[in-house]
Amino acid sequence: MYAQMIKSTGEGVKSLDEMDPQERAFQERINAGGKIEPKDWMPDGYRKNLIRQIGQHAHSEIVGQLPEGNWITRAPTLERKAILLAKVQDEAGHGLYLYCAAETLGVTRDQLTRDLLSGKMKYSSIFNYPTLTWADMGAVGWLVDGAAIMNQVPLQRTSYGPYARAMVRICKEESFHQRQGYDIMMKMAKGTEAQKKMAQDALNRFWGPALMMFGPSDENSVHSAQSMAWKIKMNSNDELRQKFVDECVPQAEYLGLTVPDPELKWNEERGHYDFTQPDWDEFFDVLRGNGPCNTERLEARNKAWDDGAWVRDGLMAHAAKKRAAKLAAE
Amino acid sequence: MTNATQEWPLFEIFIRGQHGLSHRHVGSLHAPDAEMAIKNARDVYTRRNEGVSIWVVQASDIAASSPEEKGSLYEPANDKVYRHPTFFDIPDEVGAM
Repeated sequence: MYAQMIKSTGEGVKSLDEMDPQERAFQERINAGGKIEPKDWMPDGYRKNLIRQIGQHAHSEIVGQLPEGNWITRAPTLERKAILLAKVQDEAGHGLYLYCAAETLGVTRDQLTRDLLSGKMKYSSIFNYPTLTWADMGAVGWLVDGAAIMNQVPLQRTSYGPYARAMVRICKEESFHQRQGYDIMMKMAKGTEAQKKMAQDALNRFWGPALMMFGPSDENSVHSAQSMAWKIKMNSNDELRQKFVDECVPQAEYLGLTVPDPELKWNEERGHYDFTQPDWDEFFDVLRGNGPCNTERLEARNKAWDDGAWVRDGLMAHAAKKRAAKLAAE
Repeated sequence: MTNATQEWPLFEIFIRGQHGLSHRHVGSLHAPDAEMAIKNARDVYTRRNEGVSIWVVQASDIAASSPEEKGSLYEPANDKVYRHPTFFDIPDEVGAM
């Protein structure tokens, strides 16, 4: 999802009997639905995993501003522009809620930023695709934020208190994002032939990458098993992907658009849609840095950081000067 | 004069959601000083009219009890059940009390 391919550091899941008393008490608290708070004891693996997961999630929100920021100056009306601006501002806010949750685990903001800018830490593969037309703003809100909601709603119950609380705030705002995207799609799909074609083209390009957001099948992964035992992952990737497909198909039908999957059909027996898996080779290639926009995204973040240095330093100098003047006056 | 690697200090943010309620902790953010922390908190935590008042406190100024002390810290209250009104049986004839 926004934190794809997080590998836990543990070696499979220990049973309660194999744990020392401290770890056992920790796991029992999680099993009972209790929350872990920053100053509580926690296993090193839990801490490290969460820093990577929350950090990657935060980075995704921040980098996720870029594909949509691309269209702010070219939105078709002033109203659409104001809405898109508010949406992109929300993404910045989501990044900040998540960074501060990660910081409660002992990592600094600067460290997280450095790891994003150097490429050491990842962000979601979805943001390495370009946004070519205005209809892409619709497809991103509808599909990308829609997929994010699937993952984030259950994470409101995650075991780490600050992460769960950040998710509650994020989920409240995410629904606006998905609806504004679908609203754009409705307008385009009911528009001229050219607009409808543009909407279909956006769906065609974002369908596969949206399915990839959930990550590869994790049925047999020990990493997933550990994350699920710790309740920092609440559902399997396949389970969420299926739920996403089941929700999207009728929404696409309402728009009069065609989901770009010839194998897509309702399976009466399973009570779910059968669908084609996305191109996993492409997914791994994008994660390795070879997506259409990987270089551009990291360059944009690095430029923003470098160009903002004088502002950060200037404000610090100003604050220090004011503090000194206040002390002198006392 | 300034050190480029120096991080803005962390502030904890408290917001009064409505008149008549107390301030509640909502999260944290980095800012060069308290004044900027309030401005940033407005943008980060009240984009949808979530508050009527903001407090900011530098995180390093907060003292907190430690989870390990939980037992000894709250133990004195645990054995004083008579502090709760339900400790006392009041006959039904007396009516609501």
